[in-house]
Order: sequence, then C-alpha cells, then structure tokens
Amino acid sequence: MDNINLALAVVFQLCQSLLVVALAPLLTGWVGQCRAWLQNRSGPGLLQPYRTLHKLFLKEALLADNASPLFRATPYILFGCMWLAAAIIPIIAVDLPFSQAADVIALVGVFALARVFIALAAMDIGTSFGSMGARREMLVSFLAEPALLMVFFTSSLISQSTQLPHIVETFSHHAFVLYPSLAFASIAFLMIMLAENARIPVDNPATHLELTMIHEAMILEYSARHLALIEWASSLKLFAYMTIGFALFFPYGIAEVGNWGALPLAIVALLLKLTVAGAGLAGLEAMLAKMRIFRVPEFLGTAFLLAVLGLLIHFLLGA
Amino acid sequence: MDEISILPIDVVGGVILLWIALGLFGLALYRHKSMICNVVFPLGAALSLLLAVTGLWGLGESADIAVLPLGLPDLPLHLRLDPLSAFFLILLGAASFGVSLYSAGYFKSMKGRVLGLLCLEYHLFLASMALVLLADDAYMFMVAWESMALSSYFLVTTDHKIPEIRRAGFLYLLIAHVGAIAILLSFGVMQAGHGIAAYTFDAMRANPLSSFWSSLAFLLALFGFGAKAGVLPMHVWLPEAHPAAPSPVSALMSGVMLKTAIYGLIRITFDLLDVHLWWWGVLVLALGLLTAIFGVMFAAVQGDMKRLLAYSSIENMGLLLVGIGLVIIFHVYGKNALAALALTATLYHSINHAFFKSLLFIGTGSILHATGERNMGHLGGLIRRMPWVAATLLIGVLSIAGLPPFNGFISEWLLLQAFLLSPGLPNSHINMLIPVAAAVIALAAALAAYVMVKFYGIIFLGQYREPGLEHAHDAGGWERAGLVWLAAGCVALGLAPVYVVQKLDLVTKMLLGQGLGNSTSGWLFIAPVDIERASYSPVYFLLAVLGVMLVTAWVVHRYYHGRVRRVPAWDCGFPAQNGRMQDTAEGFGQPIRRLFEPFFKIEREVPSPFDAQPRYHGQTDDQIWFFLYLPIKQLTVRLSAWTSLIQHGRIHVYLLYTFVTLIVLLAFV
Repeated sequence: MDNINLALAVVFQLCQSLLVVALAPLLTGWVGQCRAWLQNRSGPGLLQPYRTLHKLFLKEALLADNASPLFRATPYILFGCMWLAAAIIPIIAVDLPFSQAADVIALVGVFALARVFIALAAMDIGTSFGSMGARREMLVSFLAEPALLMVFFTSSLISQSTQLPHIVETFSHHAFVLYPSLAFASIAFLMIMLAENARIPVDNPATHLELTMIHEAMILEYSARHLALIEWASSLKLFAYMTIGFALFFPYGIAEVGNWGALPLAIVALLLKLTVAGAGLAGLEAMLAKMRIFRVPEFLGTAFLLAVLGLLIHFLLGA
Repeated sequence: MDEISILPIDVVGGVILLWIALGLFGLALYRHKSMICNVVFPLGAALSLLLAVTGLWGLGESADIAVLPLGLPDLPLHLRLDPLSAFFLILLGAASFGVSLYSAGYFKSMKGRVLGLLCLEYHLFLASMALVLLADDAYMFMVAWESMALSSYFLVTTDHKIPEIRRAGFLYLLIAHVGAIAILLSFGVMQAGHGIAAYTFDAMRANPLSSFWSSLAFLLALFGFGAKAGVLPMHVWLPEAHPAAPSPVSALMSGVMLKTAIYGLIRITFDLLDVHLWWWGVLVLALGLLTAIFGVMFAAVQGDMKRLLAYSSIENMGLLLVGIGLVIIFHVYGKNALAALALTATLYHSINHAFFKSLLFIGTGSILHATGERNMGHLGGLIRRMPWVAATLLIGVLSIAGLPPFNGFISEWLLLQAFLLSPGLPNSHINMLIPVAAAVIALAAALAAYVMVKFYGIIFLGQYREPGLEHAHDAGGWERAGLVWLAAGCVALGLAPVYVVQKLDLVTKMLLGQGLGNSTSGWLFIAPVDIERASYSPVYFLLAVLGVMLVTAWVVHRYYHGRVRRVPAWDCGFPAQNGRMQDTAEGFGQPIRRLFEPFFKIEREVPSPFDAQPRYHGQTDDQIWFFLYLPIKQLTVRLSAWTSLIQHGRIHVYLLYTFVTLIVLLAFV
C-alpha cells in the first residue's frame, strides 16, 4: 500500500471511530425513546443521553475511601476497549487499516477484557452489590462469550477468514444466499446481544431494583466522569454489537476504503439500519419480561447450543 | 593445536552438574541460613538463566549427542540436545530463574536444617528435570524421571509433620509410580526385544513397529505421561500435592514439571514412533477436552487459593492435550501445515503456562507468608497492602484468562485458528467432533475468566475480611525480582509472538518437517496462514487501547475538571456492614456449583435460623474418588484380606506350604 492510500485509510479509520463515538449515545437515546413511546410515555427525547453525559462530566467525582487505582483506571480501560472494538468492525467502510491488528477472535477478547476489568472494579469497594453484580456478570458471560465465538466461527468458516472486512466482503459481494448455518447463528447472536448489553430479558438497563440488577449493580459505586465514561462505553458496546450484527447478517451498503462517492450512501444505510434495529430492540424489550437469574443460564445455554448447531450444520452441509 | 569448541550440550551438562554441586553446598551450609538464601539460590537462578540462553542457542543448532561413560553394561548413558529438548530447556530455565530468585527471599523464614535439605532437593529437582529433557535412551530417561519424582516428593513433604501433607505426598508418589511403570512398559514395547542396546532412542527411531505394537506403546505412554500431567482420571494427586508443597515448589511442579509430561508425550509420539493412527488423535483430543472442562469447573468452586490454581493447571494440561490431539489428527491426514499450527499453539501454550502459573503460585506464597491464610474467604483487600504482588498477579490473572494483549490469548488464538482451518478432513466423524471440540475449548476459556476474576477479586479486592489483614506486608526484594521477571515474561510473550513463533518453527520443522512461517513481513503482525485469513498484532492492540485511554483522560481533565472527593462507600442504608459480609469464595462460585451440580459431590451443613452460633460448612468433592478410586481401594483391601487367609506369620505353616509345593512339583515331574 503506498503512502497516499495509507493516509486515506487512516483518515477513514479516524472518521469512522469519531462518528461511532459521537453517534453511540444517540442510538441509546433512540432505543429509550422508542421504549417510551411503546409504553405510552412521551419520553425524554433523543438527546437525553448527551445531556446526562454532560451533567455527569461536570459533577465532582466521589470515590470510596478504599478505592484502589484499579477502580479509577477501569472506566478509561472500558472506554478504550469499546473504542477499539468500534475501530475493528467495518461500520461504514471495509478494509480499514486497523482491522488487521485484531480479528474476530481478538474482538471477543476485547469484550472479555473490558468485562473482566468491570467485574474486578465492581469487587474493589467490597460492598455486597458490587460482588453480586460481578458474579452475575461472569455467569452471564461465560455462556455468552463462547456462543459469540461460535457465531463468529460459522461466518469465518463460510468466508474462509477471521478478518471482519473479509467476512463482510464475502457476504456483500455474493448474490443473496440463505445459509442455513447462518440462520441458526443469527438467532443465537440476537440472544447474545440481549444478554451482553444488559437488556431485557436478561437484565434491565433501567432498573435499580436490588435483586434483579446485574450491570447496574457493578457500577453502583461510580459517579461523575467515571460513570459517564462507563455509560458511554455501554452505549458504544450496544452500537458495536448492532454493527457486528449488520456486518455478519446484513452487510449491504458498506463502502470500500477510498471510495468517497459511496460514503454518503454508506452513512445513510447505517443510519437506516440502526433506526430499524433500535426500534426492533425496543419492541422486543416491550414484549418480553425479565427472567429470573437462574433462568438466564438456560436462555444462554440455548443460544450456545444454537450457535454450535449452526457450526455443525456448516461442517455437515458445507453451507 | 586443536581448537576446543564448546557445544550447547556441554553447557547444559555443566549447568546440571553445578546445580547438583550447589545443592550439596547448600546442605553443607545448613548452619548459615543467609548464605543459602543470599548466595546459593541466586547462583542457582543465574544457572537457570544460563540454561535458558543455552537452550535458545541450541534451538538453532543441529542435534548434539553425547555418550557418557556411565550406566549399564552395553548401555552407556546417552544425551542429546535437539530443538525439541532445547525448547523445553528454555522453558525450564526461564521459569525456574524467576522461581529461584523468589525462593531466595521466600525460604528465609525456614529452619536451617530443613532449609539445607530443601536446597539440595530443590536443585536436584531442577537438575533431574533438565536430564529428563536431555535423555536419549530409555535407561537415562527413567533414571532422570524417577529422580524428578522422588526429589519433588521430598519437596512436597517438606512440612511432613502435618498428616495431610504426608497423605498428599503419598498419593503423589503412588500415582507418579503407576505412571512410571506404564512409561517403562512403553519403552519396553518400542525396544521390541532387540537386546539391551535397542533401549537407545536412536534404535527405537530406527525400529519399525506394526500398528498394533505402536498403538500399545502409545497408549502406555499416554497413560504414563497422563498420570504425571494430571489427565482425567489420574488428576487426583494435583489438587492434593500442590497446596501441600511450599509455594515455589508448587510453582516449579505446576509450571515446569507438568510440561515434562507433555515433552515426553510429544517425544514418543512424533519422534520415536513413526506409525500414527487417527483414533490416537481423537482419544487424546477427547481426554483433553474432558480434562479441561473438568479442571476449570472444579477450579470455579474451590475456596483454597492453591487448590484453585491446581485445578486450573489440570485445565491447562487438558488444553495442551487438545493441541496434541489435533496435531496427531492433522498429521495422520497429511495436513502438515495445520499440524505445525496446532503444534506451535501447543508449545506456545506450554511456555505461557510455565510463566503465568509459576507467577500465580509464587504470588500465593507471598500472600501465605503475609497472612498465614490459604482460604480465600479469609483474605480480601490485599491490593492496598501488597501493591507489588497485586500488580504482578494482575498480569498473571489477565494472561491465564486468555485476554489480549497478554500471552495466554495468543496460544488460545493459535489453537482456535487451527480449529477454524480444519474443515475438509476426509473422516466425517472427526469433522463432526471438531466443532464440538472448539465449542468446549471456548467454554473452558470463558470459565477460566470466571475463575480468575474470583481468584483476584476475592484475594486482592474489597475490604479486609479478617482484622489481621491490615498488617499484611508486601513481598521482599528477592521475591519482587522473581514476580517481576515472570510477569515481564507474560507481557513479552504476549507482545512478541512473531519472534516466538519463528523460534518454535525450528521445533515443528524437526518433528513434522514443516514450520508455520509467518506470511507477513515485519514483527508486528502474526498471521499464521495468510494475512487475508487471520492476523493479529498485540503491539498495535496495546497501543490503541493505551492511546485512547490517555487521550480520553486528558480530554476529560482538560475540558471538564479532575476533582475527586474521597467518601465512605455507600452502605445501602445499612450502616452495620463489615468486611465479613462480602462474597466469599464459596459465594462467588455458587452459580457454577448450582449449574453443574450433577458433576460435584456436595456436602452442606446449613445452620438453622435459631442457632446462637450459626456455622455454615460446605464441601465440594470430586465424584471420581467415589466412582474409581474408592472401589479400587476396596478391591485391594479385599484381595489382601483373602491373601491374609493363608498368611499366619508362623514358621511351621510356611514350611508346610514349601513342602506341599515341593510334593506338587514332584508329582508333575
């Protein structure tokens, strides 16, 4: 790759990352607004997450007396990991230079790294909620993580690559083919996305009811800018999962690097997909009820089995 | 005048002799405790480093052979240093360097006489492990193997006045010897009755065996080395012996000694035997999967930190076995590039495990010294009292949980790539097995993260669970040096995979005739097959995360503010909380215990609500004890009881037996 192309690719990379970081709270706001409409409320408006973030950044950070450096570093690590995830995924353009540094297995690793740090930080203060949240989060993740890996494996086997850009290229350049293995994988992915992003039916992002919360229990001790970064990282995570879903199962409209003409179309396609997916998520959440914590392993076990089934079908049928 | 050239094998031999000499020196110095600690152990560590460097040198050379004028008539001792032994010597040297440095500080509090003896056993243990790796005939191998087992047995039973430790040591010795018999028989099969000179490995390489005898030799070797490696169902000694041994010894046993079993299995399978059958691979793969998932499941419910690490070692040995199984399968079907990938992953994981498991074990040693407590439920909050141990162990925990950009991730990544490249094997049964195996590996890796969050969170984070913990002291100078070396190794192995894979290529080329290579130019990206298929760059990864963290922190502090106020933690409206109300290790493992209930044998005593002094007791045991070992024990007891019917201890009865035997024999003649 010569220098001009490389520079162009880096510009694309930066644009995509900044766009994602800026857009992520909007997606959370949109999902919240849809939920409000479905519940017959008028809702806080699309920009509420930005207002919340701004308010939190302005506040004075309160730290527990016994908080260790790990506790203070975790929000930044979390934000860094989610930013990295957003840089790997082909969101508006494929073949970004950074995507070679980490493939889908490393992407699962990034999510795992962030999760381990937030769980450790939750245990740092030593209140009962923190470690309860950490324990539940690890319970959810130890089934969701391998299931996610299996979903990635299925698409990697079809496209002969673990690089996301190549997976996207394979899928988007083909005529529309229905892969039976991917059908299983997509259902599994939906279930994993709900669990990993602390959505109903696994967790409820709007709850602070002691006995049911998972994610909120872990971040109970955070305040001000630390909390803001964690919230922002959570919305980035939701954004990342949605775009992974698009990349794997509906990769149409993503631009090539350097193809400026295709870029507006790519952004419009992305916004359209996000609007539909966000509304769909809100609809799903409005229809489902939160399940008991010990039903969660069954739910995720189903996701895991579906993902493995998808992989097996690929091995058996080669499709 | 002839130029005297020194070969790597000479240096390794010198290191072994000097280790033995140092051990004897330490024994003689038992009155001068500080000499042993400040001179003998650091010198031993320097020798370890020399060994590692020599191994690195020997890795690039062709095989060196030495024949010692010792041994049996017609069978002198043969030594040989080839790339495979050189790699494991590097592993031994690099891990034991850190552990020996650490030992210099750790054993200071020990009584002089015990310390002198321990110093001898410790260095003999190191020397015999190096000899196992060098041995080039069955006799030398068995002598070294048994010295290794015996010296480690004595090290395990250092605190032999405690009955449980004696019991643990006995169990270890018993299983080690059952395994050793199987290995000896395996050598016997490979020697194939060709006289004593055929016990050299060279003769075994040259000796073609039919597939039946090859399979027999392989199965015996798998059993024997499996017993040492803690493969199901011979794993029972590990969780008993590791907690019993002093921490640096546990570190060496888990980090290095278990790898000698992997070395032995690789040596016999790929070097000495030339017939390979596909079902060997399936067997090893299945055993590895069972062992891995079993180990991590039990690690999740442990309350004792060293037992937890021992079960985690079982899991990691399972992963290594999975790697070896894949190598066999790919090799049988002639896919040598894939076999090279799986072998690289296996060897990479071996050295990774040597670093992070040694690190975690010596870390528990510091905690044990500082608090006198092995039960995690009585620890907590130590990150504030022991920053060095906490920081280095955080690296170890992240590595063992297989998180990027540390070393555990890379071997896992390589292993998963091997799975992903496997479609197209001609055997459809194996094609069905492979995705299931990949799923189990992913599950084990995710559970390992659970285990490690539990390990680190319960020990280091939160509030002090007991009042004495606020006086815990951090590790001393030597101990810090050992911890930092091993942690730095985890980081370096994680950041420079291209260099490591290049070195490992020399081993895979020797065993499979094909290396992995790296299809990219430059040292930043590892791409085992093709950059289009898969690539990973830990350096960029780390730089990106760190860069974003720093920029974010700068922006937040610059455009908003950096004000912080320290306040008491929120008490949820219940001010009487104390450190004892946090999650214990049992509490943290409860979801796993509940989820996998059928696999555990659980005994629980739950207090009634009216107890004045409520006491909770929970014990989770291994079902295998009850299904396998106790029946064997009962059978043995019953057989002995039957034999005792004819044993009276009276001399005239025995004379009668002799007489009857004589009559019977005469009747036949």
